[in-house]
Amino acid sequence: MNTQANAKISGSIKEAPAFFDEMRSTDGSVRPAYQKIAEWMARQSRTGMARKQEEADAIFRRLGITFAVYGDNASNERLIPFDLIPRVIAAQEWRFLERGIEQRVRALNLFLYDIYHRQEIIRAGRIPADLVVGNEAFLPQMMGFDPPGKIYSHIVGTDIVRTGENAFFVLEDNLRTPSGVSYMLEDREAMMHLFPELFAAHRVAPVERYPEMLRQTLESVAPPSCKSDPTLAVLTPGIYNSAYFEHSFLADQMGVELVQGSDLFIENGALYMRTVTGKERIDVLYRRVDDSFLDPLAFRSDSSLGVPGLFDLYRAGGVTIVNAPGTGIADDKAVYAYVPDIIEFYTGEKPILSNVPTYRCSIPHECDHVLSNLSQLVVKEVHGSGGYGMLIGPHATKAQLAEFEKKIKAKPSNYIAQPTLNLSTCPSNVGAGSAPRHVDLRPFVLVGDKIRITPGGLTRVALKKGSLVVNSSQGGGTKDTWVLED
Amino acid sequence: MLGRTAASLYWMSRYIERAENIARLTEVGYRISLTPDIGIGHREDWKSTLIAAGSYEAYLERHTDITSEKVKHFLLFDRDNPSSVRSCLETARNNARAVRTALTREMWEALNSTYIDFASVRPADLGSGKLPEFLDWVRQRSALFRGSMLGTLLRDEGFHFSQLGAFIERADNTARILDVKYYVLLPTNETVGGDIDAFQWETILRSVSAHRSYRHVYKDRYRPWNVAEFLILRPEMPRSFCFCYGWIERSLEGLSDIIGHKTPSFIEASSILRDLKSSHMDAIFQSGLHEFLTEFLKRNNIVSAHIANDFHFL
Repeated sequence: MNTQANAKISGSIKEAPAFFDEMRSTDGSVRPAYQKIAEWMARQSRTGMARKQEEADAIFRRLGITFAVYGDNASNERLIPFDLIPRVIAAQEWRFLERGIEQRVRALNLFLYDIYHRQEIIRAGRIPADLVVGNEAFLPQMMGFDPPGKIYSHIVGTDIVRTGENAFFVLEDNLRTPSGVSYMLEDREAMMHLFPELFAAHRVAPVERYPEMLRQTLESVAPPSCKSDPTLAVLTPGIYNSAYFEHSFLADQMGVELVQGSDLFIENGALYMRTVTGKERIDVLYRRVDDSFLDPLAFRSDSSLGVPGLFDLYRAGGVTIVNAPGTGIADDKAVYAYVPDIIEFYTGEKPILSNVPTYRCSIPHECDHVLSNLSQLVVKEVHGSGGYGMLIGPHATKAQLAEFEKKIKAKPSNYIAQPTLNLSTCPSNVGAGSAPRHVDLRPFVLVGDKIRITPGGLTRVALKKGSLVVNSSQGGGTKDTWVLED
Repeated sequence: MLGRTAASLYWMSRYIERAENIARLTEVGYRISLTPDIGIGHREDWKSTLIAAGSYEAYLERHTDITSEKVKHFLLFDRDNPSSVRSCLETARNNARAVRTALTREMWEALNSTYIDFASVRPADLGSGKLPEFLDWVRQRSALFRGSMLGTLLRDEGFHFSQLGAFIERADNTARILDVKYYVLLPTNETVGGDIDAFQWETILRSVSAHRSYRHVYKDRYRPWNVAEFLILRPEMPRSFCFCYGWIERSLEGLSDIIGHKTPSFIEASSILRDLKSSHMDAIFQSGLHEFLTEFLKRNNIVSAHIANDFHFL
């Protein structure tokens, strides 16, 4: 055992005391859920961990679990760094999160149905009409259509951050085509391979059933025209898409075809894929292609990623598109601020999980507040995603602040702002021992004949010291997430 | 199975097989360049190698002279040469990536780790005798891929398309190697054949890793007549036309069963196999070895085109 390395590990733990440390209380004692992890960490030598890290990287690279970084020419396939130390969530914490997520996802699906039908929530004056009908994410083509089961967002990745013992906030709802679930599954595979003894010492809730649950969810929303066992397929934009690995992974795990637009055609009121024997009908299409590329006849006419006529066929009940087109209106950053109202309106309940306080620059006095406190706030583009086009006030240069001030003044409705969140930290393997790094959490939710939530989810970690940005496009990594069973 | 998936499996296997064949051809070329010049000139031999690799014209577009270094680099590392080992591995991997769901994990890992390791090889490090080791490695990786496939892949359509790609490519490769040197195999050489010819015959056999198995089958010194027969008609020689077409016919028969009717590709492949089985070397020599090989290459391409059409490759 290397005592010097251990001294370093425990010494460096106190690096960032201003943030909620998920492993240690402020007095330095280890929280109950992390007891055995802390003991295990104390037994690891730095060289041993370095060796395991190399082994883990080799596993991921060999499996081809890479992602493409847009705008990065040097190497277009990169590994997302994998952090060896698992993140632990206690059973009672998870039960709370689970209830909160389920309530939120249920309400947002009810909201989508309402928005694309009678729009009661607007009539009731709970949200402004312009926020919906003037929003790019709103799809008028969906008006009056009932998707099977009245479900719009079947696959959801709710982003959650923690700032204190009992302080959890929903950061984003991700109701369109959330990604990352393959990392959740492969991180677990890798951990079980690397540290089987750790699993023997804990009761970790399994995540391996996700592909089977996804399959059940998709089968449960087959269109009315499907009279036998539904045929499923996953639609990908192709091998150059940043999430291609995940698309093929999910198709493989479910045992269904991975198709591209060029494999598909519509004939006599049904969707078919071209096979070696001719054609085979598809009933449910889990698409990982954005709304605007789905059908050149209904949306962007220059798209070659979709299928001409797909949207009409969907509306006629010949196929189910998962997630439904038009779900973006419910996870739009401008609509986000109203989600607590949305929950109350449709469920009659108080929201279990809180929103992050959000200033809408479209409202003049909120905009003034944002402009005069820019250096303390995080500013986001309303339609941006993945950490692109965002300002982190406390870390920004004067020039960046000035640039955003100009942008906000030019088009206030394009921006929202939130306080800089003190994201909680978890111990992470950082080469010179372990140190606390900021994390968030994306649990994966499936909505079909019932709501299924896989325990845990994907923990993203900002591996750069002091960084609060966990996005993989900005140097973030992932770690295995354990929900302990009682 | 999707037509596109079938196409990717077919091309993936073709390119893996091609990478292996190019490595073998390069090794033979390298060997010749090390042996004392016995009158044929190394430059001519590199030219033959390029022709056998189907890359002679592409080479001339980029280079004005033929040197060992340039040819080796062109055949192994040049990204602009679509048949370089590097390009073959890249194309094979891109096809494999597109059909990950149709591959077993072992197959993918064999191919992907080959691609990753190849990317880290610096051509400059292959001087001073390291080349044979590297070429061995390429062949081993191809063998590993093939072994993973045979050991783990379901015997369904996917298996048939992989087999078709490998054997169409192999038949094409053997035919090219023979055609480049067909003149040293003509019966007139048998009586007059000197050291140079014996050397050429051995070179042909080495290009298909058959210089030792030849002796097991013929129990005799190299004779051009036998060399040609070995590579064309012997069903037990795993790179012969007859052997390749045995597998091509078997896979197309399997696919015809799945589809429910005999496809044009199956009918053409059966007819090629029937012709090969009923052929004798004396008849082939009589009507012209070169003409026979040209015709075979043409028919092999026709089968490949039929396959793409019959199974909706797109």
